[in-house]
Amino acid sequence: MMIQLKIDGKNINARAGTPLMDVALENGVYIPALCYVKGQPCLGTCRVCSVKVGGVVAAACTVPVVHGMEVEVNEPEVTDMRKALVESLFAEGTHNCPSCEKSGRCDLQAVGYEVGMMVSRFEYRFTPRQRDYASEKILLERDRCIFCQRCVDFVRDEETGQKIFSISGRGANSRIEINAELANKMTSEQVTRAVNLCPVGTIVEKGVGFNEPIGKRKFEIKSVRERALAGDHK
Amino acid sequence: MSNHSVKQVNSAVNEIYSHDLPRTPVDAEFLASQEGKIKVSMIALVGCWGCTLSFLDMDERILNLLDKVTILRSSLTDVKRIPDRCVVGFVEGGVASEENIETLEHYRENCDILISVGACAVWGGVPSMRNLLPLSECLEEAYINSPTAVSGVIPIIPNHPDLTKVTTKVYPCHEVVKMDYFIPGCPPDGDAIFKVLDDLVNGRPVDLPTSINRYD
Ligand code: SF4
Ligand code: SF4
Ligand code: FES
Repeated sequence: MMIQLKIDGKNINARAGTPLMDVALENGVYIPALCYVKGQPCLGTCRVCSVKVGGVVAAACTVPVVHGMEVEVNEPEVTDMRKALVESLFAEGTHNCPSCEKSGRCDLQAVGYEVGMMVSRFEYRFTPRQRDYASEKILLERDRCIFCQRCVDFVRDEETGQKIFSISGRGANSRIEINAELANKMTSEQVTRAVNLCPVGTIVEKGVGFNEPIGKRKFEIKSVRERALAGDHK
Repeated sequence: MSNHSVKQVNSAVNEIYSHDLPRTPVDAEFLASQEGKIKVSMIALVGCWGCTLSFLDMDERILNLLDKVTILRSSLTDVKRIPDRCVVGFVEGGVASEENIETLEHYRENCDILISVGACAVWGGVPSMRNLLPLSECLEEAYINSPTAVSGVIPIIPNHPDLTKVTTKVYPCHEVVKMDYFIPGCPPDGDAIFKVLDDLVNGRPVDLPTSINRYD
């Protein structure tokens, strides 16, 4: 059923129940995202897609559109909230982009540029975290994990459907874990998919590293905004 | 520019700083030509000088600004302390020692606008990799257990009173003094530094567009 809603004052027709995120992007309104993967069940973990729906803050990837909805995306208060959320991720992890394999193709970094982050308003924490080298093909750089849970939900053992990645601990003690035994069974395509699925540089393929020259990396060719608006989710 | 007179020195410790020595007076005609220009400086704390090189990467674009701007301190005029109050002060590098704190505080007191340039100044950058370890472990690795330690010599951690004390952690500049603007990048492009300077000189609000903002 087609319904009408308003995004930033603009009248929009959409199919009822479509995620607000998809509707906004299809209508030329960019909303940053770090955990949402189009076509997959929504995770709603990062909150970087926060907008106002009927004056209330909600994560755009979690909201199915209904008739008469009034949405504010580029409203100052919620725009700054999105920026603050991104800044908190940079303060919480240790994000040394110049020494990161993912730089230039990292969703977090690209979204940082889109929200106009120059510095984090939060204190940089420099929490020491152990790297995990146990698996043959994958290195886990825990400093950079934003706990989006993309890997946890969308990367599974092809035979048994078991999860390969999981999160242990809670709150500040949360830690991304890898089941090395299952990870060693992953095909190289599956490893590449997991590396690309991770929005940051936590899941790194061993022996690959800095394989694209500066200037020719994913988001240097086309920005995250341009990709999202063009429906290019690769 | 003022000429510093020789400061009262403590003869007991026989200590004198280059910035306290008398300086050759600057040519009066040249001084008159600089009258009314916006004074700009750049200093480096703990960084790699990459950002300072990016400052020079403004290249000939700086020429068009030179009728409005004069550069008092940069890597070309490597004085310890800026000789005059500046309108715009760029800072490369974060804070990792007592000397860095003193330099940055003096700079803050003597500049109207301070700008953190590059990853080290903005959040700590490469030097802050030591924040993940206790300082003692870093010093021991560098001086005691170093693979390049001279054999047959008892290794020590340098502790001469003339050496500045390193801080326990490396800090972004804005955790020590108020910083007004931030230019990320490791290092930022000359374009980014030029854009910010050009905005300030022409009285526009500072705006670093997404297209030239980067963190690596
Ligand atoms: S994960 Fe992204 S934001 Fe973090 S250091 Fe790597 S490139 Fe930078
Ligand atoms: S490892 Fe990557 S994909 Fe997995 S939760 Fe962390 S950031 Fe998300
Ligand atoms: S993209 Fe919506 S919560 Fe992460």
